[in-house]
Amino acid sequence: MHLLEGEKLTINFGGLIAVNNVDFYVDEKEILGLIGPNGAGKTTLFNLISATFKPKSGTIRFKGKDITGMSTYKVCRLGIARTFQTVKTFSNMSVLSNVRLAALFGAPVKLSEAQATKDALELLEFVGLSKNVNSPARDLTLGNQKRLEVARALATRPELLLLDELMAGLTHTEVAEAMEDILQIRSEKGITIIMIEHVMKAIMNVCDRIIVLNYGKKIAEGTPAEIVNSPTVIEVYLGEQSNAGNK
Amino acid sequence: MDLSKINRKNLGVNIGIPLALLIIVGLLPLYGWDYGVTLFSNFLLYIILTVSWVIFSGVTGYISLATAAFYGLGIYAAAIYFPLNGHALPLIVIILIAAAVSFVVAFIVGAITLRLRGIYFAMFTFGLVLLVKEVIYYWEIVIQGTRGRMVALESNNAVFYYLLGICVIAMLVSYFIRRSKYGLALQSIGENEEAAAHIGVNVTMTKIVTFAISTAFMGAAGVIMATKNTYVDPGTAFDPMISFSPALMAIFGGTGNVWGPAIGAVFFSYVQELLQTGSLKDYYKLIFGAMLIGTILYLPTGLTGLIQKLWKRFKGEKSAPIRG
Amino acid sequence: MELFLNVLIGGLLIGGVYSLISMGLTLQYGVAKVFNIAHGEFMMVGAFLTFWLRENGIDPLLTIVITAPVLFIVGFILYRTVFTTLRVKSPNPGVFESNGMLAAFGLYFVVQNIAVLIWHSTPRSYSYLGGVVNIGGALFIENRIVAAIFAVVIGIVFYLFLAGTRTGKAIRAAAQDPATAGLMGVNINFVLALCFAFGAAMAGMAGTLISICYPIYTTMGLGYTVIATVVITLGGLGSIPGSFIGGFLLGIIGTGVAYWQPGLSTASYYVIFIILLLIRPKGLMGT
Repeated sequence: MHLLEGEKLTINFGGLIAVNNVDFYVDEKEILGLIGPNGAGKTTLFNLISATFKPKSGTIRFKGKDITGMSTYKVCRLGIARTFQTVKTFSNMSVLSNVRLAALFGAPVKLSEAQATKDALELLEFVGLSKNVNSPARDLTLGNQKRLEVARALATRPELLLLDELMAGLTHTEVAEAMEDILQIRSEKGITIIMIEHVMKAIMNVCDRIIVLNYGKKIAEGTPAEIVNSPTVIEVYLGEQSNAGNK
Repeated sequence: MDLSKINRKNLGVNIGIPLALLIIVGLLPLYGWDYGVTLFSNFLLYIILTVSWVIFSGVTGYISLATAAFYGLGIYAAAIYFPLNGHALPLIVIILIAAAVSFVVAFIVGAITLRLRGIYFAMFTFGLVLLVKEVIYYWEIVIQGTRGRMVALESNNAVFYYLLGICVIAMLVSYFIRRSKYGLALQSIGENEEAAAHIGVNVTMTKIVTFAISTAFMGAAGVIMATKNTYVDPGTAFDPMISFSPALMAIFGGTGNVWGPAIGAVFFSYVQELLQTGSLKDYYKLIFGAMLIGTILYLPTGLTGLIQKLWKRFKGEKSAPIRG
Repeated sequence: MELFLNVLIGGLLIGGVYSLISMGLTLQYGVAKVFNIAHGEFMMVGAFLTFWLRENGIDPLLTIVITAPVLFIVGFILYRTVFTTLRVKSPNPGVFESNGMLAAFGLYFVVQNIAVLIWHSTPRSYSYLGGVVNIGGALFIENRIVAAIFAVVIGIVFYLFLAGTRTGKAIRAAAQDPATAGLMGVNINFVLALCFAFGAAMAGMAGTLISICYPIYTTMGLGYTVIATVVITLGGLGSIPGSFIGGFLLGIIGTGVAYWQPGLSTASYYVIFIILLLIRPKGLMGT
């Protein structure tokens, strides 16, 4: 049984079909990459999984259970967490409160205030924000705000983590650190990850498997090596082979 | 609540000062200063309305303009169950009835509108006072055959103490909600509702319940105020100004903490008192309207927000969280 | 049959005015993003202006050429001063929406207070075109028919303006996407103020038309604002054709309810409001 699977997912906004009959799955402890040109429907697919939107047709199953049409907060408590393309931290709340709140409300089991605080502090240390625990979130750099979002998502004790363009706007060093962190999340915490990325180096080096979307449709699926060599993908997205990043 | 945060110094300031205030104010009727009792009753009324308005609207940004509707319901609860002629229930019971009815009505309103964008909530609540007024008019004229009702009177001192009690409870409830995890959740809803939902907050239910709780105090206040004026009818009981004033007072005072709304309430009810008894009494709505516009434009975080900012700058600190 | 005609035609007649005032609110909220609680007050001002001008010898219908520009200018100045400042200072559109609404609420009290100071609280009325017209056996007063015709004509003229002129296009662009419209060279601050001003002018004209049919009083505004609110939700927030149609629909429903139970019109509008919010919040033609 796949950890998460989507079958024939479709959604449109007015006349635009954003996600068109997409099938996908991710297995436990996998790191799945989701790539495609801008506007291909990647974030929309995330929105369907995290229940921001309800699909027009199709089903989503998490651990075998049908979660299509479930409310966002319930999906979170079931074990799916995400970060956002444009950072959505709670700006006027402290860094600690951002994460504590997620622990208090999003975890599959009810946590006490003390346990939530403990979890939050541990996670903030994990992402490297121990020094900023009491700063308001708005005072953080972009890179740190993204770290905060990750800590916040992890505080809900997810089994599946959706990362939406985590690397956007990061420097080379920061990208390398982020790649390490993602692998660590999988190895230390046993969390399955789906990541949307444009930074090819990260995708190729971190992901076990990659799905490629274009105009809402899935056009390719396979290991990084397969994707890099797929003519369809190259034509649509990657450009020349030499640009596809190194292994 | 994070008990580790409470230390002895905090205890002194956070509990000592309010307690002292409470005792001083509570002894007011004993000074024999009748005008003072009426004046402070007015303060208490507006503190109740403003503090309870802030519990929901101040924190989440969902602006409710229905305060007058729930307050009016409270007035009518008193009119029905505390009549001049006929059997009257104990006031406490009527207060509870009004609070419960307000809660239920607000819950229904919330269930209909709070699933949607904030503008729908605002649109729905702003007309609510007109709706309730019309329904009661209709009931009185068509079904009952008489207009208006006579309410039994309570002494000034009794009114004062009832209001004081409701005010203390409202402020305590506001304080404890704010410090609890639900207060944090409400704040997150105000900051970014989508993110709040994604970290497990049941956004819709949290909004509905909080809104309903806040209206209970408005209804309770209405009950008591009815016993000050013998005659009530839909025209006088449902006044849009009662929806407006708490918003003005909260924004002026600042919605970031428990004291801002109270300060705004005292300030404006005092100004209202001055204006209404002076030569400017025909201009007070104009002045208040203009003051709200001015406050929104030039003092968006309110007086307490401004003071906090200045205090931080004075102490040389970098900006700290505005709330928790 | 007579009852049916009474309700249908009577509803369409008052619906004309509802459409006009609702299109005004759509311009102010749908485009300029201000939920103008004081909208009904502009209508009231228009009505009283007409009344006063008539006292000074001007034909009531003719006063439209005065009330429309006057309210237009008032609306324009208000938007350029109060609301533009608010828009610039608000950290995001959501905050602007709530603050704008509250500022409009403040405006409601300011305008009403001024009106009461000048004209006091007694209702005023005058007779104009009081002749009776017979349509299919049901009787209607001339002034209602004239008012409805004027309202429809104004609506059509405005629609043509939107569709045909450059400024009209700019308004439609701003309605869809103010940021992009700004990037395309549209002077956004000007266009939004224009929309708000047009909205106020429409309210003023609606006031003139109402005054020739019914008594007017300084507290009449709120009820019309509530009606306009329900109409714009029914038609779809931001849709001008939607408010046009919605106004007539609500006029018919309101007239029907008035025949059945005269004191419950607001309640009936709220029933519609509730149904809308429960099953189709975006209304008939909303995006």
